[in-house]
Amino acid sequence: MAKVLIIAEHSKGQIKKATLSSVTAANKIGGGFSLVVLGKDVKGVADAYAKFGAEKVFVIDGDVFKNYIAENYAEAVAQLIKAQNFEFVFGSATAFTKDLIPRIAAKFDAGMASEVLAVEVSGSDVVFARPMWAGNAIAHIKITSPVKFATIRATEFDHAKESGAVSPVENFAANVDPAKAKVEYLEFAETKSERPELTEARVVISGGRGAKGPEGFKMIEELADLLNAAIGASRAAVDSGWVPNDLQVGQTGKIVAPELYIACGISGAIQHIAGMKGSKVIVAINKDEEAPIFQVADYGLVADMFKAIPELVSAIKASR
Amino acid sequence: MKILVTAKRVTDPDMKIKVKPDGTGIVTDGMNYKINPFCEIAVEEALRIREKGNQAEIVVVGIGPKEAATELRTALAMGADRAILVLIDKYYDSTVVAKILKKIVEEEKPDLILTGKQAVDDDSNQASQMLAALLGYPQACFASKIELTDGGKKAKVTREVDGGLETIQVELPAIVSADLRLNEPRYPTVPNILKAKKKPLKEVPVDSLGIDVTPKTEFVKMTEPPTRKAGIKVPDVATLVDKLKNESKVL
Ligand SMILES: Cc1cc2nc3c(=O)[nH]c(=O)nc-3n(C[C@H](O)[C@H](O)[C@H](O)COP(=O)(O)OP(=O)(O)OC[C@H]3O[C@@H](n4cnc5c(N)ncnc54)[C@H](O)[C@@H]3O)c2cc1C
Ligand SMILES: Nc1ncnc2c1ncn2[C@@H]1O[C@H](COP(=O)(O)O)[C@@H](O)[C@H]1O
Repeated sequence: MAKVLIIAEHSKGQIKKATLSSVTAANKIGGGFSLVVLGKDVKGVADAYAKFGAEKVFVIDGDVFKNYIAENYAEAVAQLIKAQNFEFVFGSATAFTKDLIPRIAAKFDAGMASEVLAVEVSGSDVVFARPMWAGNAIAHIKITSPVKFATIRATEFDHAKESGAVSPVENFAANVDPAKAKVEYLEFAETKSERPELTEARVVISGGRGAKGPEGFKMIEELADLLNAAIGASRAAVDSGWVPNDLQVGQTGKIVAPELYIACGISGAIQHIAGMKGSKVIVAINKDEEAPIFQVADYGLVADMFKAIPELVSAIKASR
Repeated sequence: MKILVTAKRVTDPDMKIKVKPDGTGIVTDGMNYKINPFCEIAVEEALRIREKGNQAEIVVVGIGPKEAATELRTALAMGADRAILVLIDKYYDSTVVAKILKKIVEEEKPDLILTGKQAVDDDSNQASQMLAALLGYPQACFASKIELTDGGKKAKVTREVDGGLETIQVELPAIVSADLRLNEPRYPTVPNILKAKKKPLKEVPVDSLGIDVTPKTEFVKMTEPPTRKAGIKVPDVATLVDKLKNESKVL
């Protein structure tokens, strides 16, 4: 029987690429893995997930699971873990799994590693490397409980490729009484965007307090349009209400590692750097030459972003 | 009502962290400590709930060394009524925190438990959800807005999740973990700092709680994160575009 269970995330009937990074992490453990998809009418998603080499794809489907409610999801997954004797339970470190996995872990009196950067296996020994102090120290830990839980940081593991085979998709009838949850799902106010998702984009352009307001972000958008980029932000920009909350990059926001990250008017606080220092190429545009962001930038431009960004837009257009 | 708030003593989030050369931990010489920023937000929220006209006793709980009393005093100076410090002097993880808090909750029977989303030293983001599971209470984590409803029997909570904002309503007692945008914590005033010195702070040795506090994780070693090699400053936009095109080939 498979050793690892991965909680597979989906949105609008589509699989989430971040989950495929958890598949790669599970393959490092060895012994096979299964996936579980929860929701209502999610058979299609399960079929899509069946292409990545799982021993089985379990489906937990029903009205109770239409909306994510931690209590119900945790109970259902716990029943599956017990029924199948999984030793490891993974999910990618997104808001969904960060909320859910600790709740399941506690039902097993189990330990958990958050935001795992590496899985080090030697014999039967599994050590998880994970960031602490905004990524300024990496702790290597073992989990000592029989069932072991982890969230996997998607930027640190490649997306698993299709295996060529198709896994069996199997329904799992979880016994969950919705009345027990004492939670009512009210609404989801979605941040609508035509842009690539922040954590999956090849290019991310972020703005900070230096953007001075929504106008600054208009300028950033123009550059983003040109590069098919996602837009990110520092906490200062989000707190000011210039951009939606879920665009915050950093220790407590999104972790991104695009090919190209351009920070505009961002000072480079450790909490921000924690979220983007894995980017392949970092560009910083800041008018203060002492700004700490320059210490992590491959290319630093000391300039007023309100002058530099329009120049950058024309220069890129001209160079094409 | 009674509101229980957690307050962890953490290393000052703005200080530079260095890993010890022998990999046993981080260098703590000269380190400053503070209340975990997310816990500070949780304390502030408890005060605001009370200031909205809800009769509430606010009890703040910390787990840590004797020195962690300082951070509890900060919470008292902000306006909490009394504090409980559970003394522990060995390695613990979020599973241990959750078990200790469960015990305290069983004794105190609060209507609402406010925690921080994560502790900025271990960055685990686990204890609140674990506590909710142990108690069988509803959880509303990563809160950016809390409103008591149904005459204080329920709470309507907006959660910061991927792709937007989700609103749920939970029956109390429940656990709500605070995210950054919930509020901006106040600074304690000097008179309140003086008053806080006289507020009750009870120390409880962890052994007296009669629970198993064996952690479920084992620390192996600490290593430095990979460092980026130093980059260059470019004189102008033209050079920048040239470098991005021809040197790093990302354009
Ligand atoms: C618990 C906690 C968690 C946190 N989590 C995060 C997180 O996840 N992500 C995050 O980003 N922050 C986080 N922070 C906040 C972080 O500490 C910083 O306060 C924040 O990142 C600063 O944002 P900023 O760089 O935009 O603003 P500032 O630090 O104010 O910097 C603005 C910069 O813009 C430059 N500038 C101004 N005008 C211009 C111009 N016209 N052209 C070019 N440059 C200009 C300035 O020189 C300055 O360097 C957290 C803080 C705490 C306490
Ligand atoms: N030692 C502690 N003392 C008090 N509260 C704590 C402690 N550890 C964790 N907590 C609470 O639990 C939350 C989540 O912690 P963690 O799982 O460590 O990220 C924190 O934001 C605190 O509110």
